[in-house]
Amino acid sequence: MPPLTFRNVLVAVLLIALVLLPVYSHLAGDRFALTLFTRIVIMALAAVSLNLILGFGGMMSFGHAVYLGIGGYAVGALANEGVYSGFVQWPVVILASALFALVIGALSLRTRGVYFIMITLAFAQMAYYIFAGIARYGGDDGLTIYKRSQFVDPLNLSNKTQFYYVCLTILFAAIYLVYRLINSRFGMVLQGVRSNEVRMRAVGFPTYRYKLTAFVIAGVLCGLSGALLANQADFVSPSVMYWTRSGDLIIMVVLGGMGTVVGPVMGAIALLVLEEVLSGFTEYWQIILGPLLLLVVLFARGGIDGLLGMLSERFPARRPS
Amino acid sequence: MSSPLLEVSHLAKRFGGIVATDDVSFAIPQGELHALIGPNGAGKTTLIAQLSGSLFADSGAIQFAGADITRLPMQKRSHIGLARSFQITSLFLDLSVLDNVALAVQAHAGHSFSFWRPARSDAALREPALAALARVGLIDRADRLTAALSHGEHRLLELAMALAGKPRLLLLDEPMAGLGPEESARMVGMLRALKRDFTILLVEHDMEAVFALADRISVLVYGRIIASGSPDDIRANGQVREAYLGDAEVAHA
Repeated sequence: MPPLTFRNVLVAVLLIALVLLPVYSHLAGDRFALTLFTRIVIMALAAVSLNLILGFGGMMSFGHAVYLGIGGYAVGALANEGVYSGFVQWPVVILASALFALVIGALSLRTRGVYFIMITLAFAQMAYYIFAGIARYGGDDGLTIYKRSQFVDPLNLSNKTQFYYVCLTILFAAIYLVYRLINSRFGMVLQGVRSNEVRMRAVGFPTYRYKLTAFVIAGVLCGLSGALLANQADFVSPSVMYWTRSGDLIIMVVLGGMGTVVGPVMGAIALLVLEEVLSGFTEYWQIILGPLLLLVVLFARGGIDGLLGMLSERFPARRPS
Repeated sequence: MSSPLLEVSHLAKRFGGIVATDDVSFAIPQGELHALIGPNGAGKTTLIAQLSGSLFADSGAIQFAGADITRLPMQKRSHIGLARSFQITSLFLDLSVLDNVALAVQAHAGHSFSFWRPARSDAALREPALAALARVGLIDRADRLTAALSHGEHRLLELAMALAGKPRLLLLDEPMAGLGPEESARMVGMLRALKRDFTILLVEHDMEAVFALADRISVLVYGRIIASGSPDDIRANGQVREAYLGDAEVAHA
């Protein structure tokens, strides 16, 4: 049982709120909230996957959104060919993203620093232009998906509430998976690499194979996120893997808190809600987002989660606050 | 007598026109604390690098525990029991002190493709790590963040990490570097205790420590070993005095 700090209580409240959101949506008749939060939950899954390699492994991938596209197109292309069964689609999503991550990782992880950033970016942009050029699947215009992934009754992804809970279940499972991973021997190696890779090799770890494994796991989780995103939008286009989308994922991770398990979820909520609220005021909402992000990077290195941790220390839970 | 644990024969390494290691031969029997001294630029670090495997020699051979390891890469040397501590402190600063040592234990505990069981409550990793920390006197710092420790404590942690792999030979590269007098004394006491259980090759600038600890000393000048013997022999050696030690320093030691 984790200690009862301000931060932990808030995390628990947040997770419960996510579980209860459809109830609110039904009672208040706020259908838009459900749509928005379905999208938030899906993007949170992508951010959690990026955090595994960026936050815990120190691998600054600038092409992570490519797996959103791989997952989305695996669903879209199969649906386009008349294969609607999720039992076929989703394993294909997992396999395709794993394979893609294996190839990108095998090549890019031989470099580090700026080169690693540039190579991951280059691979993602390459995929973007390749999919934009496939006329059969809509090219630049994207591909409409006429039927969502089919599973057995009573599971029906076209039902918005059910779909939300499917997304949320996968997100929670991914968070638990990452939590177990980073605390295992494998996770210790990953954190050692982030901290001091030269020393890791000197002490006897063949670091490359561990990094590559993490890279593939992160790719698969993000691929699943892409499959969900395509299902929600009933549409997939190359723009989901454009480099700015990879940037959005990095912002979510940094904003929420790198290297904490639930930080990216907070980051995804913060960024997407902010986008929603601010774009109501002005078209140029990023003018407000920019300085906000700057403040976080300058004054709260641990992101939102780090800030909450600091508040917990300032106001211990034993005293009423 | 059994064959020595480490035997270096006719080792040579040159960088362009500079001969960094010039026909170096020496042997360290099991249980000895052998010190390697020499003025700056004598090639001590290059020699250590060749022993630990981060550099390969141009010619010559290195035998460890009866096996030829001349071409064995660094990671593999660490696995057969050659542990190196670093001259420049190189730790996992954002992990806890115990995590640092536990990682060193883990490196010698088979592969780490274990994805589910929590490593931080794994007794097979934590107990040897705690034992190594106790050995260097850092047990009360186990849960501290490594970055929060003093320089002296970092040196001790380096030592604990080297010990954690249960090495057969410890290569200690200037463990005293940057330590104050009090911390140096503590380190000397530590090494004296370790000497009972480990074979050690010590590279060190601190003459007082070297003469107090070493069973035998080799003196490296311009990549060449000019003398090798007991501390008394070295102290009495006129060539060594001339080449390296100030007379006063030898008399003092």
